[in-house]
Amino acid sequence: MQLTREELLEAYRRMKRIREFEERVNVEFSNGNIPGFVHLYAGQEASGVGICMHLTDDDYIGSTHRGHGHCIAKGCDVEGMMLEIFGKAGGLCGGKGGSMHIADLDKGMLGANAIVGGNPPLVVGAALSAKVNKTGRVAVSFTGDGGSNQGTTFEALNMAVVLNLPAIFVIENNGYGEGTGVDYAVGTKDIAGRAAGFGMPATTVDGTDFFAVYDAMREAVDRAKAGNGPSAIVTEAMRYFGHFVGDPEIYRAKDEVSKLRDEKDPLAIFRNRVTEAGLLEASQLDQLDREVLAEVEKAVEAASAAPFPSVDQLETDVYVTYP
Amino acid sequence: MPKKSVRQAINEALRQEMERDPTVVIIGEDVAGGQGGSGDVDAYGGVMGVTKGLIGTFGPDRVIDTPISESAIMGAAAGAATTGLRPVAELMFVDFLGVCFDQIFNQAAKFRYMFGGKARTPVVIRSMIGAGVRAAAQHSQCLHPIFTHVPGLKVVMPTNAYDAKGLLIQAIRDDDPVVFLEHKTLYDIEDDVPDEAYTIPFGEANFTREGDDVTIVGFSRMVHIANEVADKLEDKGISVEVIDPRTTSPLDEEAILESVERTGRLVVVDEAPPRCNLAVDVAALVADKAFGSLKAPIKRITAPHTPVPFAPTLEDAYIPNAGRVEAAVHEVLESGGRAAAE
Repeated sequence: MQLTREELLEAYRRMKRIREFEERVNVEFSNGNIPGFVHLYAGQEASGVGICMHLTDDDYIGSTHRGHGHCIAKGCDVEGMMLEIFGKAGGLCGGKGGSMHIADLDKGMLGANAIVGGNPPLVVGAALSAKVNKTGRVAVSFTGDGGSNQGTTFEALNMAVVLNLPAIFVIENNGYGEGTGVDYAVGTKDIAGRAAGFGMPATTVDGTDFFAVYDAMREAVDRAKAGNGPSAIVTEAMRYFGHFVGDPEIYRAKDEVSKLRDEKDPLAIFRNRVTEAGLLEASQLDQLDREVLAEVEKAVEAASAAPFPSVDQLETDVYVTYP
Repeated sequence: MPKKSVRQAINEALRQEMERDPTVVIIGEDVAGGQGGSGDVDAYGGVMGVTKGLIGTFGPDRVIDTPISESAIMGAAAGAATTGLRPVAELMFVDFLGVCFDQIFNQAAKFRYMFGGKARTPVVIRSMIGAGVRAAAQHSQCLHPIFTHVPGLKVVMPTNAYDAKGLLIQAIRDDDPVVFLEHKTLYDIEDDVPDEAYTIPFGEANFTREGDDVTIVGFSRMVHIANEVADKLEDKGISVEVIDPRTTSPLDEEAILESVERTGRLVVVDEAPPRCNLAVDVAALVADKAFGSLKAPIKRITAPHTPVPFAPTLEDAYIPNAGRVEAAVHEVLESGGRAAAE
């Protein structure tokens, strides 16, 4: 473990930000304040943050329909995100994208993506840019157990090996693809083996353990930056919410989520580790908790007060130029 | 001015743009070919030899041979375009769209809008369209209407070597995703093509024949058939105007409307099947905006609502030909239309 105290605090801040953001989006959606539908990342915080703590704004990530956590982990502005999810002008995408399409290219966040398996080919492209333009950047694809069944993911894994690209494929196994369990829908117990089958190193880690994810990612980043090609990391962490908010979750045992919250809470695991090791004081983390709560409250207040985009925005932003 | 084929014109456009801009790369299946084989690299230079010789100049980092993985090719090109390259991705046959449409129409085409105007995706997708070489149902389609339908894409269909070079250079320099569709029967057609680089703006139709009696709007190879009919009828004293829109998105509506307002008669020729194709689109445009000028009903000449057949007799019957176009011209000329009703 080579993290400084500042880095540890930052990691916890991002994980807490994701947790409180998602818990609040759940409430706001259930109260009818958010149009459309939303997919929440709570329970998987250590995966996104353990990965993104290795990245700067210059590095790229591609995300999924369950993308809020990746956005926050990559440093997207929480208020801009909340406005976007509320469909408001001033949101990160001007209210034109919504929950499933939040992007912030200035932060290297190439977009949440509502198509399962949609981003791995795009991330291959970002890695290709890094290689051709010799920028030293890396490109990370987040996909899930469901995405690991998609042909696009297989094509991307193979292409990244063939072209020897600085790409990292993070496959987050959260136990379910929509309402169907992994044991049914994924034809192998070893998702990492799929990536390995295309000729890249692939490892599986506990996605509730920030440090396990962080360590695996360090190896992958080192390898990519040394010009040795892509890697894959499977992180295992189940989601606290349904596929979407409002999902009755009849496919889950009644006590599954409460057990997860009691026993596999990435934030509690992190907090225990760093306080027991004497790396951080509980009071420091308590202080961060309060700051993050205030931040999320402020974001919701701003999103509630902001106007929707004016109708004259309907036909803008389709093309850069169109006669 | 030197004579060059469509094939040479496209190759020259690629070479000149790659020399000018180091971020322009070519990516696709067998764009060079021969990688990993026991023989020579650049064995293919593209399935029609269009990209031949480029890898020798620019190397494998910029002329990028890929596995046969169309989704990964299109996605990689789109992702690279948003992050600092100007890829020219080759889809080989447009029929292969079937395995990679998501990366084009859900991803590349929508980034700019979904992301609130912040993304630029300067990718060119080159592909071949068209029947006429006995390639049967999965290598012969004209799918330009599908691309034209998708907001966020621009669609280009060059019909001659001069246009091919100017339109492709425009496409590469353009900051939006451009689908560049080459008709596979036109590669050997030669024209005067300047050696230097030049661009042709999108949305500006080319009047390939000027006339006063009937307007024919044709797309891709159909422009040549329309020209043939116009030349034949000129000898009989019938004056036919032929419009090649060159791009279907954007579409030069003004040129079409201006012409029909003068001639009062319209025949539209599209090699795509009849439902929701460009003939329908142009006919609807004119019916909506120039109805008062029409002296006869609009005629649409298209392929039938069938897959492209293999047998020569059937494929020849599938493709709109000069005879059908000429008959349509006579029909609109002889139609009593509203003049008779009035």
